[in-house]
Amino acid sequence: MLEAAGLDCERGGRTLFRGVSFNLAPRELLRIAGPNGSGKTSLLRILCGLLAPTQGEVRWRGTPIRNLREEYTRELAYIGHASALKDDLTPFENLDISCRLAGLEASREALLGALRAFAVPDLPVRKLSQGQRRRAALARLLVSERVPLWLLDEPFAALDAAAASYADEVIARHLQAGGSVVYTTHQQAALDARARVIELAVH
Amino acid sequence: MLSAVRTLVRRDLLLAMRRRSDAATALLFFIIVASLFPLGIGAEPNQLRAIGPGVIWVAALLSTILSLGRLFAADYADGTLEQLALGAAPLGIVVAAKALAHWLVAGLPLVVIAPVIALQYDLERPLYGVLMLSLLLGTPVLSLIGAIGAALTLGLRGGGVLISLLVLPLYVPVLILGAGSVAMAAAGLAPSGQLLLLGALLVVSTAFAPWAVAVAVRIGLE
Repeated sequence: MLEAAGLDCERGGRTLFRGVSFNLAPRELLRIAGPNGSGKTSLLRILCGLLAPTQGEVRWRGTPIRNLREEYTRELAYIGHASALKDDLTPFENLDISCRLAGLEASREALLGALRAFAVPDLPVRKLSQGQRRRAALARLLVSERVPLWLLDEPFAALDAAAASYADEVIARHLQAGGSVVYTTHQQAALDARARVIELAVH
Repeated sequence: MLSAVRTLVRRDLLLAMRRRSDAATALLFFIIVASLFPLGIGAEPNQLRAIGPGVIWVAALLSTILSLGRLFAADYADGTLEQLALGAAPLGIVVAAKALAHWLVAGLPLVVIAPVIALQYDLERPLYGVLMLSLLLGTPVLSLIGAIGAALTLGLRGGGVLISLLVLPLYVPVLILGAGSVAMAAAGLAPSGQLLLLGALLVVSTAFAPWAVAVAVRIGLE
């Protein structure tokens, strides 16, 4: 489904990685591992199309993603390093707006249910802790179940054990339903056992 | 696609409502700058009438510049801009919606308040309509062209000053036509030529600026 062919990435004159290639099938889980500064986030951003690789290309169902643009981005959910939450809005308003902009249709109940499932309090985001913000960002996954490809940058960062295991469960359910997930992490997670791993090194 | 525009405009207006002080700052800046000139130059009515249109237009330019820094900076910092770039609607449409929201918050209030400022310059009553119409046609162009500058300076240190240097020269045609239309009407001639040209600028910038902004945003996100 998702295919990376010989990806090179250079940032600021420094080579981050060379010749990264893989093929991701439905129901497959791919973990991008490596120390800080090895280019995990850059690789993930290349896979979304936010960053252009120095060499090589990313293909979605056989077509290069730069020719697909919105047709491709409609089929992926990306949770980045930054939570993409507006401080002045409540988690519900944030989720509602981001779903509409992503072209996802979700009822009010579905949105509230997703926030409840991640135990996000109904306060302006400004008043939430780092972990609660992360939960509010991850709640978007629960309404993106029909989106086939999930790209998650450090999904477990700042989460407590309960929330991390729930996030695990959500990802496992998505894989079972035929989705694919790529995630980065430098810490251990329960999911790692079933994941294929791409190890990046610092050059 | 239209629903994305509606959602984004509503979101930006909601954010502006929750942070009223930001929008008020730009409007107050406009009022204060435009009010300083009569105080500094003195109350000679003929002189004030002559400089009025130009000063009001320059104040509108500066006030727009002041609020441009916020156009993409907050969305860039909290990661929302990435999500917008990965949204269902083309990025060109998304940034056009953002420019529209910027105009509603920063441009439209200037149009509404302009007659009050015009009072201080003793402009004749029939000129109020021309002044408001010229601002109504011109301020959206300022938001659209300004969005290009705001997108080009994404993530740069000292971006605010750089925006002014980039964008103010591009505002010159709008300034000349806008102030010129009011001066024309004051001289008893028909301002329709200038106003039509302003309208043409608006059409052209609506058609092309969003795509330039979209390209600049993509570069900024890399």
